[in-house]
Amino acid sequence: MKRIATAVAAVMLLSACGGDPLTGSGNNEPAPTDTIVVGSGNFPESRLLAEIYAEALTAKGVKISKKLNIGNRELYYKGVQDGSIDLIPEYTGVLLKYINKDATQVGSDEVYEALKKALPQNLIVLDKSEAEDKDAVVVTKQIAAQYSLKSIDDLVPYCKDLVFGGPTEFQNRADGLPGLKAKYNCEFKEFKSLDVGGPLTVAGLKDNTVQAADLFTTDAAIKANEFVVLEDPKNVFAAQNVLPLINEKKASQQVRDTLNAISKKLDTKVLLELNEKLSAPDKPEPEKVAKEWLASAGI
Amino acid sequence: MTWIFENWERFWEVTEVHLRLSIVPVLVGFVLAIPLGWWASRSQTARAVLFPFANILFTIPSIALIVITPVLIGVKILDEINVIVPLVIYTVALMVRSIADALSAVPGNVVAAANAMGYRPLRRFLTVDFPLALPVTIAGLRVATVSNISMVSVGALVGLGGYGQLFTEGYQTDNSPKVIAGLIGTVVLAVLADGLLLLIGRLLTPWARAGR
Amino acid sequence: MGGWLFDPAHWSGSTGIPVRLLEHLGYTLLTLLIAAVIAIPLGAFVGHTGKGGFVIVGLSNALRALPTTAVLILVVLWAGLGDFPVYVALVLLAIPPIMAGTYAGVRAVDPVAVDAARGVGMRESGVLLQVEIPNALPLIYGGFRGAALQVVATATIAAYTGAGGLGRFVFDGLALQEFGQMLAGAVLVALLAVLVDLGFAGLQRLTVSPGLRPVGTGGKR
Repeated sequence: MKRIATAVAAVMLLSACGGDPLTGSGNNEPAPTDTIVVGSGNFPESRLLAEIYAEALTAKGVKISKKLNIGNRELYYKGVQDGSIDLIPEYTGVLLKYINKDATQVGSDEVYEALKKALPQNLIVLDKSEAEDKDAVVVTKQIAAQYSLKSIDDLVPYCKDLVFGGPTEFQNRADGLPGLKAKYNCEFKEFKSLDVGGPLTVAGLKDNTVQAADLFTTDAAIKANEFVVLEDPKNVFAAQNVLPLINEKKASQQVRDTLNAISKKLDTKVLLELNEKLSAPDKPEPEKVAKEWLASAGI
Repeated sequence: MTWIFENWERFWEVTEVHLRLSIVPVLVGFVLAIPLGWWASRSQTARAVLFPFANILFTIPSIALIVITPVLIGVKILDEINVIVPLVIYTVALMVRSIADALSAVPGNVVAAANAMGYRPLRRFLTVDFPLALPVTIAGLRVATVSNISMVSVGALVGLGGYGQLFTEGYQTDNSPKVIAGLIGTVVLAVLADGLLLLIGRLLTPWARAGR
Repeated sequence: MGGWLFDPAHWSGSTGIPVRLLEHLGYTLLTLLIAAVIAIPLGAFVGHTGKGGFVIVGLSNALRALPTTAVLILVVLWAGLGDFPVYVALVLLAIPPIMAGTYAGVRAVDPVAVDAARGVGMRESGVLLQVEIPNALPLIYGGFRGAALQVVATATIAAYTGAGGLGRFVFDGLALQEFGQMLAGAVLVALLAVLVDLGFAGLQRLTVSPGLRPVGTGGKR
């Protein structure tokens, strides 16, 4: 009897250490309805933007719960649709193409308008910012020199001999390989699944495992490695303005005002600077970089 | 190491989630495994069916189970259940064997004596069989717990919490100190849990050290 | 899943099922070889001398606590991409069960046999190699096969940092939300694990003395 009591006590001690195991302190039960769950995609810039939204809202007294680094859109969009995530930073062009793969708009304003119409009932996007971060076909300095490349058009005659690297989903997305094929008639010899503009892709370019890759235009690695971003005259990659995607029920006036104020102050130059800060040798946490920027932007 | 001190809040937050995600499956899995293990200790056919099945379950990669769970049981993708269910499955697979072996190893003459003294089956199980089976059971529990603590990090690959978050973020931003911080957390947690279970085992089986 | 698995397109080419299967098998076998070369001598030596058992058990437990994902990522960050990080992570995973099994096996050898060997004038190395290890084989194989199962299952993670193997299907399936592909990857890994275990079971039958085979399938091991 005594031993059983000790065992029970021990188990209770264990569970006391970790909080009540069955209801948890946060993620296990749905957050109370006035909390906004902020999510992010699986790359640093997305996390940074999510932290910016989260910090700004917290400062205004809104209750926030964070679910960062979820995965790619194919994964997290389901979470947005089913209400597990209320707010996530997005990019106009890719989101539009994801929801409606036959969308043809390319200009910033047209894409924005089309996106607003294409979204399902319960989701809305707020004001778009000037900041743009587009997918791009990127090559190393050497390859650009070797084939005299400035735009994707220049790449076309060589596509069939080259290996292309990018996130797995690039193979399927309308503004990925299918788009390159349709608009430029560029079909690569092989596609290698790497990651979402991360270390694998950068390494793949550097060691020539792939000769061209999908990177993001605000990625600090481009400047750091002297990569060349090929121009996209046929606009496979439409305008990609950064903006918040939010569940309509959670978009109170205060939330809208705060997020719109952020979008006003965000432009591509800021994104580039912040990304560079993130990859500085001391690797500051996105939360810290976000707070500093918000302070300097006066939000 | 310094990463932990500089980002204590985040580290602690992540630790809490990791703890919760490791402990719940161990407890649930343990409880579920007891009847199954008991059955396997008494029936040859049960062993022949359960053991190979358990072995196969163990070979399904954790990442695959974690990703498939939301589809199979219709939960939202970010629900923590998606990590808990696979870990419960692994724990049960491990503990069934452990408990079966532990119960089989209970000396037959002790059981016979208890029966002869008039112990009813349930009381006998709780006060004779089970305590005697504890050492081997706890050994199995220790392996299951350490194993769970290590596997929770895989959940980060689909955005679930725990130290795995530190691994994926550290990878994406080339930040080894962050990855090491998560690694230290995991190992410390595992060592503490293992030690705690060892202690509990010793407390519950004083007869094992009697006569030293 | 049947759809994806039986689609002939997925069986050909450099990213097809056979290639990934072989890559996965390759990781597993080479890892087990390296781990065995490290763990068996260590476990056997400590088991034989009887000193330092505490270290072996402690080391084993500590290594077991290392999350493979973290080790993989760390080695990638330090040494770059490729297969090397995969092997480091998997070998560290495989060492504990093999070392523990070898140690336990050697310790459990009937002391009478060991004594007799010394009695007939065998040198220590002879005792170890000709008496203890052959007698410890069942437990060594136990640890080895356990390690094999873990390695096959965990090698799936290698694909996260761009290496090959069946994990590629799991991660690609995840990125594309193609459950057929993910399930196929998982099933193939489980199948491979069963096959590898059967292979080693056969090897065990061949190399372990018939005198050591378990008699019947009683409850005691």
